Amino acid sequence: MAYSDKVIDHYSNPRNVGTLDKSKKNVGTGLVGAPECGDVMRLQIEVDEATNTITDAKFKTFGCGSAIASSSLATEWLKGKTVDEALSIDNMEIVEELALPPVKIHCSVLAEDAIKSAINDYRVKNGLPALEEAKSHH
Amino acid sequence: MLKLPIYLDNNATTPLDPRVLEAMMPYLTEVFGNAASRNHPFGWAAEEAVDYAREQIAQLINSDPKEIIFTSGATESDNLGIKGVFEMYSQKGNHIITATTEHKAVLDTCKHIEKLGGKVTYLPVNREGLISLADLEAAMTPQTILVTIMYGNNETGTIQPICEIAAIAHKHGALFMTDGTQAVGKIPVDVQADGIDIMAFTAHKMYGPKGVGALYVRRKNPRVKVTAQMDGGGHERGMRSGTLNVPGIVGLGKACELARLEMDSDAKRLSAMRDRLENSLLELEESYVNGSREHRLPHVTNISFTYVEGEGLMMGVKDLAVSSGSACTSASLEPSYVLKALGLSDDLAHSSLRFGLSRFTTDEQIDYAINHVKEAVNKLREMSPLWEMFKEGVDLSKIEWAEH
Repeated sequence: MAYSDKVIDHYSNPRNVGTLDKSKKNVGTGLVGAPECGDVMRLQIEVDEATNTITDAKFKTFGCGSAIASSSLATEWLKGKTVDEALSIDNMEIVEELALPPVKIHCSVLAEDAIKSAINDYRVKNGLPALEEAKSHH
Repeated sequence: MLKLPIYLDNNATTPLDPRVLEAMMPYLTEVFGNAASRNHPFGWAAEEAVDYAREQIAQLINSDPKEIIFTSGATESDNLGIKGVFEMYSQKGNHIITATTEHKAVLDTCKHIEKLGGKVTYLPVNREGLISLADLEAAMTPQTILVTIMYGNNETGTIQPICEIAAIAHKHGALFMTDGTQAVGKIPVDVQADGIDIMAFTAHKMYGPKGVGALYVRRKNPRVKVTAQMDGGGHERGMRSGTLNVPGIVGLGKACELARLEMDSDAKRLSAMRDRLENSLLELEESYVNGSREHRLPHVTNISFTYVEGEGLMMGVKDLAVSSGSACTSASLEPSYVLKALGLSDDLAHSSLRFGLSRFTTDEQIDYAINHVKEAVNKLREMSPLWEMFKEGVDLSKIEWAEH
């Protein structure tokens, strides 16, 4: 399969690979996918509680090049956004940015899920109501 | 200077040996006759070349030249062997026994037989990829007309106990067929000593051209017949009509001759190289060889790397042409049915690589491959949440995954 240059770039030089301290109250962690489906993404955000802004984002992904690129791109986009802005990231924006083919759209959906799941974790940790969407996505 | 990518997918196909091409050239140019033209020298020259190739092939597998039926390749040979026996021996019975790890050319043909009203038993394999002789014995019935078990597996290289299988089939009055596609030309295959009645094989897995193969059909003890699946001019003793692919057949013949002369030294060199590749990659934690290491083709290894996803791994080893147990790229999430039959979980089957070495593989290429794969696996594991969890001692089977 031919990958776009952007997918190859993110795969070869992934941004923000790593782990944040999930025990911290201002860190939200999202773990989505399943090993037998061939994709597992873990995406973490660190939020500055005063400004509600995402100051750091890290990921680790088990998956194909498109899955790795989708999560790498997501962490890039998350940094500097407010939590509310981050919630509005749509998977189709990832598809467009990385020029993902139709068979790889699920990678972008997974990345969007990972973002929502991480935000949800942060919200629950901080006594906010859980997002409806994150609970029942797909 | 090492040329990239390095071709290590020789179970898919092998490059044409230049000596084979040289033998074929005249038959692609000036000697163009139809081997069935009996009344002029153009036809005679073609027929002579075909007869010579038949002898070269017969010598490699210890058969009579008359027992070689030329086809378009192993898939056609498998079809002809199985469907041909099913039709020819319908008076005797309608039961065929095969194994779950066979090539699709056998499995799908067997599915077709079932649609025609035949009965097929698919024997399971153990962790090493071997069928159980007791299972085979138990599956035999008075209606069993054919046992068809491949010689060496295309994904793992596992070699089945062919002599023992043939003996059981014969004891119960059934014929024994084997798909010898990966084995012929790589290891000694002797249809007499092995007790093979029918055998499919092809040129392009042994440095010959694509589009030509053969079916060995025993003529004595017992005399085996298969019903033609291609009707027409009655070529190949009526078992396979169609103008013979003379240049292809000459190529198959030459490839068989070279294999006969060079098999021993090739096998020795390739198994040493394969072992070096395999042992170096096994230095990576949590990596496992799939299939039997004891009963195996000399040029093949299949290794799973845990906590690394197959397609991502393929992308990471872009300088190598290898196959993966993952079928993700074909938009289906089903991993290799062969590896699953060995008892591998889906994720382990997904994260496997198959290496197939050839006569032309060099030590330098193997060195490069070792480093390249190691780097890719290590890099992907650093990026893998599963690897991190494993390292922290998390039991991944206990996690409730948000299934997508």
